[in-house]
Amino acid sequence: MREDLEAVLERLQTTKSIEELQVWAHELRDALGVTHVVYHTVKQNGEHVGAFTYSLDWARRYVENDYRSVDPVIVGSVRRFHPMDWKTLDWSSPAARDFLREAIAAGVGNQGWSIPLWGPSGEFAMFSVNHRTDDDTWDVFTRRHAKDFLLIAHLMHQQAMRIINKELAEPTRDLSRREREALSMLSTGMARAEVADRLGISENTLRAYIDSARHKLGASNVTHAVALAMANGMIGANEPLPKY
Amino acid sequence: MIRFIYADELSKFPELAETMFKDRAEQFKNRLNWDVSVSEYGWERDEYDEINPLYTVFERADGTHGGSMRTLPTIGRCMTNEHFSHLTDGVKIESPTIWECTRYCLAPGSGPGVAASLLLAGCEMGLRFGLTQALGVFDARMPRIYGRIGWSPEVIGTEVNGRDSISVGLWEITEEARAEICRRSDIPLATVAGWFDASFSATNPLRVAA
Repeated sequence: MREDLEAVLERLQTTKSIEELQVWAHELRDALGVTHVVYHTVKQNGEHVGAFTYSLDWARRYVENDYRSVDPVIVGSVRRFHPMDWKTLDWSSPAARDFLREAIAAGVGNQGWSIPLWGPSGEFAMFSVNHRTDDDTWDVFTRRHAKDFLLIAHLMHQQAMRIINKELAEPTRDLSRREREALSMLSTGMARAEVADRLGISENTLRAYIDSARHKLGASNVTHAVALAMANGMIGANEPLPKY
Repeated sequence: MIRFIYADELSKFPELAETMFKDRAEQFKNRLNWDVSVSEYGWERDEYDEINPLYTVFERADGTHGGSMRTLPTIGRCMTNEHFSHLTDGVKIESPTIWECTRYCLAPGSGPGVAASLLLAGCEMGLRFGLTQALGVFDARMPRIYGRIGWSPEVIGTEVNGRDSISVGLWEITEEARAEICRRSDIPLATVAGWFDASFSATNPLRVAA
């Protein structure tokens, strides 16, 4: 991931309200160099929560007209978990065409990539990257960034959930012993190959363990994961390393 | 050909679905003797088939099942984390870029072409969606077969139980892996891309107007 994007992601956890998340969405948009980014969820009480770069007017119209019921991005994501290129969705109904025309007139780009996000109790959110460009340029762009989009979508969702649920303390999901050992060794500046060697696992397995720890901590990268694990007392700064 | 099908779309392919679940019974119950349950109709299904997984299915010319596998994201409920974390050092592997792949099944009589098509389709799906790794649960004899296809998982752990050993492993999803399977199987890259596009496009796609 590019450095400027990394820096923006690191600032994500400093957002303490939906308004700040909205400001952050603009930083993300600029770092990605796209027309819009959008995060949207509906709380259990039916209240819409979003952090996006769309115009407020378009967002208001979207909610007032209940466009979720015609928006192919929402309709097409029911019970789906894969990232969706907007081009592959069904825009053929008259209602969807009208919606598209209105969206584009409101400044929404013609290309999009959306990632459905599902919580453990069926909570649903959507993260989208939207852009105005031709098909070929968009294909190249999405192939290069598909992995980044997945990571960013989940980080933004985790942060939004923390804000909505008012859990502004650092996340405290427990890590397994192996994940703690891996982070602890990385915190001493040890190279991944050496960590894998000490733990008696392959580098690819180590990567899966580190990715898991990163996701559970809601960290944007390994350095951030190490810092969070230390702050939470999951690993000790001066703890002697386990011997193998 | 390969189809990517969510569980809630299986009813559109009744014969494919029926033969898939029956072939799974044949492989996992009768051949491998795994502790799986088979219904009175001869279908092998478990709790993860109920939570709308995405199947990668090889459909033969006559519409029946040639082979298949089942994917679920690791950040939701999945079999590896709920049943096999003793084979992953106690780590629950959860990442948006790692999906689980289970019930890799070949119908009786399916050859190496089907086996390769399935792995190739899985690799293509991973590359398109931005996944980094696939986490799999498989019979401990399978890595040899995967190796011949050109895409070996790294085994994290194995539960040795006589003939019925079960392993958990990781595949690295890379363009190099895809190219290697294509080379060995003689399946053109365009064919693989075609499978993916046919499944993940609306039946009546409209070019999004600029």
